Amino acid sequence: MCGMLTPEQIENKLDRILLKVQKPGRYVGGELNSIHKDWDKAKTRVALVFPDIYDIGVSNVGLKILYDQINQREDALAERAYAPWLDMEPLLREHGIPLYALESKRPLACFDLIGFSLPYETLYTNALNILDLAGIPVRSEERNDNHPIVIAGGHSTNNPEPMHAFIDAFVIGEGEEVIHDIIDTIQKWKVEGDHPQSTFHRKDVLRDLAKISGVYVPCFYETTYMDDGTVAAIEPLISEAPKVIHKRIVAKLPPPPTKFIVPNIDIVHNRVSVEIMRGCTRGCRFCQAGMITRPVRERSVEEIVEAADEAVRSTGFEELALLSLSSSDYTHIKDLVDAISKRFEGRKLTVSLPSLRIESVSIDLMEKLKQHRSGGFTLAPEAASERMRRIINKFIPDEDIINTTREIYSRGWTTIKLYFMIGHPSETLEDVQAIADLCKRVIAEGRKVAGWKVKLNAGVSTFVPKPQTPFQWVSSDTRESILEKQALLKRELFKDKSIKLSWTNPDDSLVESWLSRGDRRIADVIYTAWKNGARFDAWEEGRKFQTWMAAFAEHGLDHSFYTHRQRRTDEVFPWEHITAAVRKNFLFQDFRMSLEGQIRVDCRLNCFACGILPTFANLRRENPGEGWKCPEVKTPARKMEVELPLVGD
Amino acid sequence: MRVRITFSKQGPLRFIGHLDLHRLWERAMRRANLPISYSQGFHPQPKISLAAALPLGFSSRGEVLDVRLNEELTVTDISARLQESLPPDIKIVDVQSVDERLPALQTQVLSAAYDVRLTEAVDGSELTRRVEAVMNSESLIRERRGKSYDLRPLIEMLSVITEASGNVWLKMTLASREGATGRPEEVLSALNIEADTTRVERTRLIFRE
Repeated sequence: MCGMLTPEQIENKLDRILLKVQKPGRYVGGELNSIHKDWDKAKTRVALVFPDIYDIGVSNVGLKILYDQINQREDALAERAYAPWLDMEPLLREHGIPLYALESKRPLACFDLIGFSLPYETLYTNALNILDLAGIPVRSEERNDNHPIVIAGGHSTNNPEPMHAFIDAFVIGEGEEVIHDIIDTIQKWKVEGDHPQSTFHRKDVLRDLAKISGVYVPCFYETTYMDDGTVAAIEPLISEAPKVIHKRIVAKLPPPPTKFIVPNIDIVHNRVSVEIMRGCTRGCRFCQAGMITRPVRERSVEEIVEAADEAVRSTGFEELALLSLSSSDYTHIKDLVDAISKRFEGRKLTVSLPSLRIESVSIDLMEKLKQHRSGGFTLAPEAASERMRRIINKFIPDEDIINTTREIYSRGWTTIKLYFMIGHPSETLEDVQAIADLCKRVIAEGRKVAGWKVKLNAGVSTFVPKPQTPFQWVSSDTRESILEKQALLKRELFKDKSIKLSWTNPDDSLVESWLSRGDRRIADVIYTAWKNGARFDAWEEGRKFQTWMAAFAEHGLDHSFYTHRQRRTDEVFPWEHITAAVRKNFLFQDFRMSLEGQIRVDCRLNCFACGILPTFANLRRENPGEGWKCPEVKTPARKMEVELPLVGD
Repeated sequence: MRVRITFSKQGPLRFIGHLDLHRLWERAMRRANLPISYSQGFHPQPKISLAAALPLGFSSRGEVLDVRLNEELTVTDISARLQESLPPDIKIVDVQSVDERLPALQTQVLSAAYDVRLTEAVDGSELTRRVEAVMNSESLIRERRGKSYDLRPLIEMLSVITEASGNVWLKMTLASREGATGRPEEVLSALNIEADTTRVERTRLIFRE
């Protein structure tokens, strides 16, 4: 089979190594609600891969949606794979075990399609490693007609260029519908007959994939560069490839998955998750998710409650997470919380509601959901000086924060978690000092109402500018500056034992930074870094900063070109041909507003014409009403314009 | 009511440890909508107790647990509801209602029986000779976690089985009391057999009457 081991051979070999690793339960499958379909009856076989360890990947909702979508088809099956941890990889290599899917234990190379989820950039080296462990050529150009087609989706693919050499086709935007178009295309080209493995005419498949809306096939594009190293142009090489790839969206969120996989070992998020809404109208300028997941679409209270109930019944999980980018903005949040607390009363279920606004209503909501106040209360001011809050467009007055936190303490929570970021554009030490001052004030006020038992966890991460956001033009803060700011916070907050400070290693932020806004030339750096041992870049155990620096040197590139450089206003970005439907003009205007400290209010109150409606006018017209939070489109349908004006045109 | 469940644990579930198994049962009972009793206190724990931890990698045909329920149900009902809610590689062997006043299950285990399959060919007569040597020895002083102990009195039974096909394997019964637990891999090591060339299955737990 695929010139590789059979499932039985793989299981026998695994038997000899599994007791040598930390958590063998990661590598054996057998979970409740995993789906085992007849291999021979499925025409297209898909391996969905989350390139981080099982403990993190298994609860990923995005892949769960695709797993359900594919397995509902009669003619296709989907199985799962995750990145083997550092202790397992050498054993797999030593014993010649190709990476396999957990359900059937078949090698990944036997599948027709490998689908990677790439929500964050620090998974890139893991994706390469997984291909290599599967015996699939790491570079797309080295794959032949017998190898699977390798696709990827997820937030980081809003700049697909650093991974262009390794992924055959990228999905831009939401996957629920486009995955079916992709499978249909593969079926069409699959060679019938006695072939036990995948065989199709690779170039034909890729050419057809390039025609699908929302699919980007990088081998059909060429990037040219200016003398200063910036991009001159990105041009399609064939007529089937569109000049600009617009993201795909679903007009209406399909029913949420409920039969979540129940892992047999302890994992990071032991819970069922129900997405209550997609998108965000707040417009925080640092937030890539808020820019790329528009428009806002909400599910009904009834649909959420029924799905939550079914999910809890079918899994037995102890925790339910109601997911969204900003829970407080869900139109019927009060009704939802009432309905959830009523439905699950007395059922020993913890309900989590992330991203609540800093106001007392949020405390009422949490009180309804929690029997115990043990978990701590989380709020995210992100910045602490008024100037900085205006720049990032997350404007919360200090008094609101003090009043809300004081009330949280007085209502019985002993721990509050506050999330901040440092390294915002034009941030000074005074802005960072304001974070320390605010933390001290929160604790002092808390002590007045609840005594000396009050605690504060301050999580201070480092901002990384992301593509498709108003801050895509700005420089990342330098390592020296970040270290200085972190030192200030440690010095200021160290003395108070009630305050616990956590921060991000600056090396990790730098790796994330050059991967986020890299161009095609970064692909060689990724390849070399991986070859020399880089993997698990988001993990302390995987940190290999010197390996990355050596890889940059080997390819004659300077990492600060990608990280510490303010982009020209007329610069052509490496991701210029990819759009999340929010216009570059709009982002630029928003960037200019940030420089002037101007705030843009919630776009539910006032549409700022970000670009979503012109792109998806037809979808909105067909889906009127309150499901979308964009204004309704009343004008009659006309031919949609796909070429949007760019800054500098 | 107090219910005693005997179950098997096979396939991938061999690699699921004791604490994870405990949680697996808790979730299965929630899915089956069984009225489990919880302990009092700030962190209520379900009243489920597993008789004896099964080492990672071993399969079993006879694991035992006790669970306390708030309502009286028939054992057939409990069995049917649970089987539907369990992952595919855990099967219910038996469900019984037992006296509430019996002592804690863990304190009642006396010994455990194992079948050991050998994945690499061995010379049957040589193996028999080694088994006899072990069984005839007065004592077998071994070391575990820096402490020495005598393995010999913990071996209640050890014998070689030769099938008609010529296939050879081992059967053993080892003490499994608090502070006196014989481990199959220690016995295998005394027989000069590498643990990773074996497949061990616990066949049953033997309790005090």
